[in-house]
Amino acid sequence: MRSVIAFENVAYSYGGGELLSDISLRLAPGSFHFLTGPSGAGKSTFLKLCYAELLPTAGHLSLFDREVRSLSRDDIALTRRRIGVVHQDCQFLDHLPLAANVTLPLTVAGRTGEAKDLNDLLGWVGLGALGQALPPSLSGGERQRAALARAIIMGPDVILADEPTGNLDWEMSLRLLTLLTELNRMGKTVLVATHDLNLIRQAKSQVPARVLRIAKRRIQLAGADL
Amino acid sequence: MKLPLFLRDDSGTDSVVPPSGHTAWLTSFTAAAMAFLAVFALALSLAAGNLAARWSDALDRTATVRLSAPEDQIDLQTKAILDTLATTPGIASARAMTDEEQRALLAPWFGPDLPIDSLPLPRLIEITEDGTGYDTEGLRQRLAAEAPGAVLDDHTRWRRPLAVAASRLRLLGLLSIVLITGATAAMITLAASAALAANAQVIRTLRLVGARDAYIARAFVRRFTLRALVGAAIGTALGMLGVALLPAADSAGGFLTGLGFHGAGWLLPLALPPLTALVAFAATRASAFRKLRELT
Ligand SMILES: Nc1ncnc2c1ncn2[C@@H]1O[C@H](COP(=O)(O)OP(=O)(O)OP(=O)(O)O)[C@@H](O)[C@H]1O
Ligand SMILES: [Mg+2]
Repeated sequence: MRSVIAFENVAYSYGGGELLSDISLRLAPGSFHFLTGPSGAGKSTFLKLCYAELLPTAGHLSLFDREVRSLSRDDIALTRRRIGVVHQDCQFLDHLPLAANVTLPLTVAGRTGEAKDLNDLLGWVGLGALGQALPPSLSGGERQRAALARAIIMGPDVILADEPTGNLDWEMSLRLLTLLTELNRMGKTVLVATHDLNLIRQAKSQVPARVLRIAKRRIQLAGADL
Repeated sequence: MKLPLFLRDDSGTDSVVPPSGHTAWLTSFTAAAMAFLAVFALALSLAAGNLAARWSDALDRTATVRLSAPEDQIDLQTKAILDTLATTPGIASARAMTDEEQRALLAPWFGPDLPIDSLPLPRLIEITEDGTGYDTEGLRQRLAAEAPGAVLDDHTRWRRPLAVAASRLRLLGLLSIVLITGATAAMITLAASAALAANAQVIRTLRLVGARDAYIARAFVRRFTLRALVGAAIGTALGMLGVALLPAADSAGGFLTGLGFHGAGWLLPLALPPLTALVAFAATRASAFRKLRELT
């Protein structure tokens, strides 16, 4: 595999003008990237392209070396099982308890037998006691931690996290960051969209992370000034 | 009982879509009402079909010549008529009815003690055709020449419209079944679309965590198929009970007594619940896949 995600002159527009233009970028297997940029710059949009919720309006985008437009609907589903996503708005099923939400990727893949690490995982993100709680009754930070647990329960090749620490205190943020850097050391490709420069600095002391910045509709590799 | 594969819940699809609440029984009710109506439409078309077959069968087979003549000429003219008929191509046999037979024909209207001798009753001559048929107009003219008091009554005059009406009735019954099936499909499509729309967020989330279309569709298809099946089974049972309880009016009832199922005919309405389930399955599956195509 040459790259897990490859953008080639990709543009995206929601219907008005282009939000993202002429993006060319490769995420190599095992790499760790941050994605920053002002609010509304298109960070979430970029991530949605990465897990094929949105398709490019121009250019080529490959996931695991396969052009997204050539993927069948079932192929997209299978590809998503290799990509764990922490959505900015979490995306839970509100009628199911937290534990069932966290194991949902295993359930839909017919791999419920692999849910044995659930308690360890919930303990890691500090939700050990909340397995039976319904998502609407949780705090924003608890939901974000649960979303991260759901993103990694399948043992995905790639982890995409959209503001995973937005509602967390510094201590919990570091805990999640450590989880992500550990996973990265195990060979997972990680991409984290965040505003939190302290988090980025902290990560750089743990792993060789690179920082991408969205500005003026393009993505640039940020300098060493961070 | 083991459910067919697509109706089993091996995959936990049932719990990933929230329970549908109090509107769920509407699908069952609709299916029950439609199946109930379909049972009667089926009974109607079967009865009309039998009737049409019976009438058109008798239609071309027999005819009657009615002879009204002064007492002293009756025998003479009867003989003339029989001779004429014997030489008419297309007629297999002809036979003058006896007084007893005529009395038996009239008994239902006038009672058994009819003094048939004292009444100026016409003489009836029964004609049986062979397969080829005869020329009605030609026969009429020859009869008029040979026996002025003879009137050829070939039954077609009043039986043909009845036979046509009965076939129409059967057609209408079958059309009703088609319409009921279509209406069931339409209503289940509406109900399924409403359920899919209400669960748009759930569907999106399932898709995002890697669920295949078939997996998501199955949760909805399973529900609606089972509801339709149960509803249709109840509606069919009630409809069949209603038909079974129709009072038997025997011969005097004519058409009405034919309205029911006989022998193997009772198996036909049993096809309605599976048919309804099949319609629900197809309608829900189509709606689900249409809805899913709005998402990547
Ligand atoms: N479904 C949509 N239809 C139309 N416009 C949209 C849609 N989603 C997002 N946008 C617009 O696209 C722009 C980028 O949105 P996006 O969510 O990618 O920003 P972001 O960088 O993630 O912002 P934030 O840091 O606030 O999360 C915004 O101006 C937003 O209004
Ligand atoms: Mg965002």
